[in-house]
Amino acid sequence: MSVGTERLSAPDPGAEGTDQTGQYLTFRLADEIYGVDILKVQEIRSWDCVTPLPNTCKAVLGVLNLRGTIIPIVDLRRHFDLPEGETGPTTVIVVVKVRQPRERVMGLLVDAVSDVHTLGEEHLRSAPAVGHLAEQNLVGLAEVDGTMITLLDIDALLNSGDLSPEPVGTA
Amino acid sequence: MATILGVDDSASMREMVSFTLKSAGFEVVEAVDGVDALGKVAGRPPVDLVLADVNMPNMDGIELVRELRALEGYKFIPILLLTTEAAPEKKEEGKAAGATGWIVKPFNPEQLVGTIKKVLG
Amino acid sequence: MSIDLTQFHQTYFEESFELLESMETALLEMSPGSVDMDVVNDVFRAAHSIKGGAGTFGFQEISDFTHVVEALLDGLRSEQLRVSAPMIEELLASVDCVRTMLEKQRSNEEILPSDWAAVHGRLEGLVDVPRSSGPTNADVAHATAESAPPERPEALDWKIDFRPYLDLLRTGNDPLRLVTELSEMGTLESHCELGELPDFDDLDPEEIHLRWELRLHAATTEAAIANVFDWVSDQCNLEITVLPSDAPVATKDGHRSTVAASPRDNAAPTQPTVDPGKPEGRRMTESQSIRVAIDKVDDLINMVGELVITQSMLQQIGENFDQTQLDALRDKLALLGRNTRELQESVMRIRMLPISFTFNRFPRLVHDLSRKLDKQVELELLGQQTELDKTVMEKISDPLTHLVRNALDHGIEQPEERERVGKPRTGTISMNAYHEGGNIVIEIADDGAGINKSRVLEQARQRGLVSPDEVLSDDDINHLIFHPGFSTAETVSDISGRGVGMDVVRKNIASIGGAIHLTSAEGEGSTVTIRLPLTLSILDGQTVRVGRENFILPLVSILESIQVRANDVSRIAGKTEVFKLRDEYLPVIRLHRIFDVEPGRLDLTEGLIVVVDNDRQRVGVFVDELLGQQQVVIKSLETNFKKVDGISGATILGDGTVALILDVPGLVTLHDRHGDRPDRAKSVERDTEVVAA
Repeated sequence: MSVGTERLSAPDPGAEGTDQTGQYLTFRLADEIYGVDILKVQEIRSWDCVTPLPNTCKAVLGVLNLRGTIIPIVDLRRHFDLPEGETGPTTVIVVVKVRQPRERVMGLLVDAVSDVHTLGEEHLRSAPAVGHLAEQNLVGLAEVDGTMITLLDIDALLNSGDLSPEPVGTA
Repeated sequence: MATILGVDDSASMREMVSFTLKSAGFEVVEAVDGVDALGKVAGRPPVDLVLADVNMPNMDGIELVRELRALEGYKFIPILLLTTEAAPEKKEEGKAAGATGWIVKPFNPEQLVGTIKKVLG
Repeated sequence: MSIDLTQFHQTYFEESFELLESMETALLEMSPGSVDMDVVNDVFRAAHSIKGGAGTFGFQEISDFTHVVEALLDGLRSEQLRVSAPMIEELLASVDCVRTMLEKQRSNEEILPSDWAAVHGRLEGLVDVPRSSGPTNADVAHATAESAPPERPEALDWKIDFRPYLDLLRTGNDPLRLVTELSEMGTLESHCELGELPDFDDLDPEEIHLRWELRLHAATTEAAIANVFDWVSDQCNLEITVLPSDAPVATKDGHRSTVAASPRDNAAPTQPTVDPGKPEGRRMTESQSIRVAIDKVDDLINMVGELVITQSMLQQIGENFDQTQLDALRDKLALLGRNTRELQESVMRIRMLPISFTFNRFPRLVHDLSRKLDKQVELELLGQQTELDKTVMEKISDPLTHLVRNALDHGIEQPEERERVGKPRTGTISMNAYHEGGNIVIEIADDGAGINKSRVLEQARQRGLVSPDEVLSDDDINHLIFHPGFSTAETVSDISGRGVGMDVVRKNIASIGGAIHLTSAEGEGSTVTIRLPLTLSILDGQTVRVGRENFILPLVSILESIQVRANDVSRIAGKTEVFKLRDEYLPVIRLHRIFDVEPGRLDLTEGLIVVVDNDRQRVGVFVDELLGQQQVVIKSLETNFKKVDGISGATILGDGTVALILDVPGLVTLHDRHGDRPDRAKSVERDTEVVAA
């Protein structure tokens, strides 16, 4: 997978649904592999300087100019409380489109994009009954060639806590 | 190609008349009222036909006919009044001022072009 | 030829809404006692225009309804009817009906009888006063007769004796055209008599001395033949008779010719090709459009012309460039800069509309509301031509309505009360708009009761908004009514001289970068002043640096920038930093502290203090240094994220990076919250590495 501002061709949108099977874009954060529904991905962009936004949560690195619109960039390592990493040549921004409660375009800072996988029932694994999974906005787990992939619910994740578009209370 | 001066204070009527006449192959000069029309005819060769609304602010169609007829070059040019007032006094007033004839609103594009072609021969 | 009339609908709707507005304005100026015929004519013309367009574009209900409106106005115009107060009310109601019908027509909704029938009935009742000249129903009959397919009777021989008067040519009519038209109806023999032609010396070429005797063999009617001569019926003698077949044509010494019927299709005129716009439940997409005065477009064209010239000069320099042309290049680049700026200004001007678009609705509002409240109020509108951005205008409309309502409801007293305190029975509300600096100022003033300051203060103390020993200036007391905890309390509305929701008004105005201010004198009235940016999308900005971050401060809020000396700085209660500006102490807002960013300079005497005007309180914003000033295009953070306190938006700089635009009132709020936060250490955290990467 080349890194740049290339656009991913979206597969049949009919694949979208509550069903977890379908195509996932996978990426690496620290030593972990995560996957997001490829239909939510708008493009992949090389890393660029962001402008920090004051008084927002730690996970929000700042804002970036995406062809004339201002999009917020979320550092997923910080969001998942992973150890801070260094940006390198493979660091990219996965630009996703959130549809709820209104359409927003946001960027996810990840260490590297790894692959696009088509996941069928045979790849899905039941998630261990650990309490905080739902809080982390995960949709489930999958295993491909012995590697575990954590599947993210992007809509839920980007509406959680300080990332939601609702203004924070001025308390 | 014949040139027609279309005078109407209503933008939609002006657009409709202008588009219709252009589609029929005429050149169209537009004006928003009588005063504007007199400005448009000044300093250009006479148009071949004038189509003017009767009810307009600043200078109405009937006054415009009177003014145009006083101009060199407009003595015999056909001037048609567009009016919803088929009321005889408006027609008479228009005729007395020197109008050639009238087209009664509402009309459709075909009727408009038909009448104008007939007048221009 | 088939022309799709729907393409003109949008224009028709726009112009009709404008006509309705002018109708409304004119009707509000009318009173039963004094009737200005010019005003009546204006109203008539507006109704007439709406009706005409509705007929042409096939909006039957609108056409039918406006017909009776027009008939009523025609009665007024010809002085057969007299203006009465109920008549004005019904005409105003008819404006609302037409507006509703137009809106429905535009969105393809079904027009229901409930939209118009009641008013229509009352209008008809008003018209039904005996009138000498028949109602314009005759027009309709006439129009139908003209467009109805002619009957096809059997072919007859018609004799038509046509004697034009001398002046027929002077109306631009041409006897030949008439003869040709007749020839299209059937077989025509035409005989032209030259007998009355004067001697050549006496001949006036502008007069006509001919007469025609025509024979037409055609299946037609007398009315159809007469119709050919309709336009010249007052300029000729016309005799139409049916001849017994085979009768010879009277022949003298004239020319005779036979003209065969032309093959041109003279079939019945087709019905108008108008799509009545059936309601399909699907709303037509309303394209937002704006009407632009032609001089603005001309301006724009001129500027683009200049830009093209500058571009070609630059190209010439570039084609064989050498060092000697450096100065020329610099000049032309400066010119390019100027051209671009002017072009930008012109383009922005296109979005500017006179405020009358918004002010126009107020005479009606005041008229209706004062009747309802039994008050006598006169509305004065000033500065109607003052222009402002269309978007700002849309956003200001509701707050203005609220303020005018309040002025009428709670400001202006009942006539008896006014008389008692020695004021004229009729109160005055005035609305004024003007430009000041880069802003537009709108004032709403009334000569009503004003704000009862002692009651407001008492209420505020009861609610705990003001501590018992706090001393407030008059200004501070007036502004209490904008406090959410105050003005939302319904019980206060009457004694406050202002109604509820003032905090909402203030919030709405702040959301478009504006400020609101109120002055009031008890017993004399109140004035609300709204200050707004001219446009929402462009801002003159001052770039400031704090540590490694650059921010943009709106230039309009900056009063001055100063470097303070150590002995000008002091602390209140060991905490709040203040500095002395001439004879006043102002609080210092340290940007790095309220934004929690790494500071550059910590010592107030080393950096700069930018004095900004926050509504009515002045504060000093401490920054490391001032960078350049530039116009920036405002982008919203809320599109893809949300509102961030202290930030009004962002902009994209020349190098593609994003800079944040500071929101001055927001900074003050943040300062109250975070002003005592410890300074962030000048340590190197991860984000430093990120930025460095």
